[in-house]
Amino acid sequence: MSQNDRFFFERYGLDAAALERYLAAALSEGGDYADLYFEHTTTTSILVDESLVKTATEGISVGCGIRVVAGEQTGYAYSDDLAPQRVLKAAKIAARIASGPAQVSTVGLSALESQHDFYPVVHAPTDEGLEPKLDLVRRADAAARVYDSRIGQVRVSYADQIRHVLIAGSDGRMVTDFQPLVRLNVFTLAQDGSNRQSGSSGGGGRVPLEFFTGDRSPEWFAKEAARQAIVQLSAQEAPAGEMEVVLGPGWPGILLHEAVGHGLEADFNRKGISAFSGRIGQRVASDICTVVDDGTIPDRRGSLNVDDEGVPTHQNVLIENGILKGYLQDKLSAGLMQTSVTGNGRRESYEHIPMPRMTNTYMLAGNDDPGDIIRSVKHGLYAVYFGGGQVDITSGKFVFSASEAYLIEDGKVTAPVKGATLIGDGPSVLTRVTAVGNDLKLDTGIGTCGKEGQSVPVGVGIPTLKVDRLTVGGTAPKSATSFV
Amino acid sequence: MPQEQLEQIAQDLVKRAMAAGATAADATVREGEEFSAAIRLGKIESLKEAESKVLGLRVFLGTRSASSYSSDFSPGSIERLVERTIEMARVTSEDPANGLPEASELGRYEGDLQLYSPDLGAISTEERISVARRAEQAALESDSRIMNSEGSGVETGVGSKAYANSLGFVASYRSSAGSVSVVPVAQVGRNGGASMQRDFWYAVGRGAAALSDPEGVGREAAARVLRRLGARKISTCRVPVIFDQETARSLVGHIFEAVRGDAIYRNASFLAGKLGERIAGENITVLDDGLRPGGFGSRPFDDEGVAPRITPVIERGVLKSYLLNTYTARKLNLRTTGNASRGVAGPPGVGPKNFYVQPGAQSPADILKSVKNGFYVVELIGMGVNVVTGDYSRGAAGMWIENGELAYPVEEVTIAGSLQEMLNHVAMVGADLEFRSALASPTLLVEGLTVAGT
Repeated sequence: MSQNDRFFFERYGLDAAALERYLAAALSEGGDYADLYFEHTTTTSILVDESLVKTATEGISVGCGIRVVAGEQTGYAYSDDLAPQRVLKAAKIAARIASGPAQVSTVGLSALESQHDFYPVVHAPTDEGLEPKLDLVRRADAAARVYDSRIGQVRVSYADQIRHVLIAGSDGRMVTDFQPLVRLNVFTLAQDGSNRQSGSSGGGGRVPLEFFTGDRSPEWFAKEAARQAIVQLSAQEAPAGEMEVVLGPGWPGILLHEAVGHGLEADFNRKGISAFSGRIGQRVASDICTVVDDGTIPDRRGSLNVDDEGVPTHQNVLIENGILKGYLQDKLSAGLMQTSVTGNGRRESYEHIPMPRMTNTYMLAGNDDPGDIIRSVKHGLYAVYFGGGQVDITSGKFVFSASEAYLIEDGKVTAPVKGATLIGDGPSVLTRVTAVGNDLKLDTGIGTCGKEGQSVPVGVGIPTLKVDRLTVGGTAPKSATSFV
Repeated sequence: MPQEQLEQIAQDLVKRAMAAGATAADATVREGEEFSAAIRLGKIESLKEAESKVLGLRVFLGTRSASSYSSDFSPGSIERLVERTIEMARVTSEDPANGLPEASELGRYEGDLQLYSPDLGAISTEERISVARRAEQAALESDSRIMNSEGSGVETGVGSKAYANSLGFVASYRSSAGSVSVVPVAQVGRNGGASMQRDFWYAVGRGAAALSDPEGVGREAAARVLRRLGARKISTCRVPVIFDQETARSLVGHIFEAVRGDAIYRNASFLAGKLGERIAGENITVLDDGLRPGGFGSRPFDDEGVAPRITPVIERGVLKSYLLNTYTARKLNLRTTGNASRGVAGPPGVGPKNFYVQPGAQSPADILKSVKNGFYVVELIGMGVNVVTGDYSRGAAGMWIENGELAYPVEEVTIAGSLQEMLNHVAMVGADLEFRSALASPTLLVEGLTVAGT
């Protein structure tokens, strides 16, 4: 067992008997299952703006969320006070969902040995003093400013957190985890006359501060953010209409997150409200596409040893050679759909009910040379950096917004274009993938996914991809023939 | 906790910070109760109920500053938090714009803003569940093509907030809010040819009245989803676009982002340096009203203890004021507009009060009639708005307009242009202003936008 196993026992005087008492209270009105989610999170954040360390903030959040499941129904309550009478009170509130004789929780909780440790961080960033963190932000600020004299504004933000969790279920299973998370973001503004443009970059993961070296150094992210802003100074209007689109490797994997990831979350499919409902075994992508969701990649922002229901994470194949293989499950949906959990039950904090969520979602590398892919396009768009995306899981329509993109003309990458939203249809867009590069890259570790008001850290990745036809939301005619 | 106790905790935090060496400090303490019931296909899906609290502290050491927050109110934890906040402040930079508001700027609005309604708390859990159930049932019974639902819900919340600073200001207030919402799913065709759509509707308010017409909410949600069934893509074109109240509100949100003091002093807004200039058509007036009774953006004092007011932001097309807290005001050599807004993490930022476009004369029906060929947009998705440049590009769904009437539903298109152009090309402003959040807008007809499809 790792060193943090005793955190709640030592800090808050919790013991196995207390956990069993809380679980018994949660099941006092009946129900099929109950669990407790104890969380203690500390955060540090620093902002440098105008080369001044403007803010330093520290925060503590502690509480326990209690869930009672009865059939398809969930009762939920939480307490931000871990005093026994407060937790018991919350357990009794959560219990009201059920109406039946009290159920007896398995007596004798057994601590589970953790099966893996994907973020063996010895010196968590939160435990370090402020100085090494200030050094990171100052270095990023300086590097962005010297990149080009047209860089007028630089903002650098640093944030870390440590989450201790203890999850105990009425099935007798108890797990603990210690989840560090850190990220560094750089925002730049370039100005040339009245033309102002912005750039952004950053990185992080479940890592110690030593992570920020080489192509993950503050200088690297700063130069990248500055470079983007400078490129945008010469951007022309983006085209409007359908065209061939080549996505660069890494962060443009947000395509997968929006186009298929959300639509494959089991809650939507169990309810029959996803555009992917009932489509397991069917073709949803061309046969060169294999998409996985993998919570087990060491050090990644979207990785977890166990999900927020205490289930060990997995590498789950969502689409294999174009065929839909499976959904992202949490305990409730897996139970109702009579299938296995996949380690995707996640929640923002103890205040929230867990639900199926992505971890790190990416497409496996293919065989094509990225240069050949670009050369194969006569007229299209090459998009390499994105701002964010969204999907309507029922209609399947999704968007993701390019913040750095170029025209491809006669097989060559040419002029940069202004930011534009790309829109497509989730269940069919991957069937129009006609080339998959051999250059799989994961993002740099700054992604956050929102669903029903809950934010969780995630990762994405793709190799260079060519999509035959996607609508680009610019304002310029897409070719010499104009539109009215 | 009674409000007095919250005030006491806030004052105590300030006192401890001053005793530990701060030259100035302020604290916010919040407490709240939340309840939500989710129903799907008539059955309870989840019930959630909880109380929570959080405190936030900001300290100054001369012109240096740091902040902290915690949900742990135990004396030992608070003492450590105060110490660490002071320590952090020592390593931040000297910044002459830092500090509390001037004493003369502090104050609370003494009138009744109607932020709290006790009748909401008096509704029993059973009644709340029944309200959610009735809303969904009304949607499901509206039309045989509505056979499924993402569910309906009732949410209520009651909260108290206290603020204190080392200039001696201390005050608190209580607020409440309740809502009922439903998300029906409609389907045409079966299996291979099936096409599904979802949409939603909701009612929201400070008191029980918000929950009084669940059937109306359900029927409206049904009408909204049904009109989207059978949507198709259209050819790329440049046409007039009508934004309904819901989508027009998102435009108002972009205007707010562009007049926030922090975007202005960083030169990170297309409206930076434009004070006093014409930036929109004469038919555009935008107000930030902190005094609106029952408004979702109304507060008796902001998160720095500054009293609310009505700030004209755009008056007949001319940019009249930015929205500022104390820090951004000092950066710009201006006075705070009472828009300090503090989440839990970090120092106060800038938030809207009731920020809205003043309504015009035309009814939404008249606006629709005026359009020969155009796009009526009811949903916008994605984040393709750049407030630095004003560039605008978002995913959209809605209806094609032919000869002043809604002809057929449209999906998988984008709308693109620039916020500058949009502000200058609002051809009509509707008379239909309604406040469902801190941001609001009547229906708007905007010309010069590109709709990209096939």
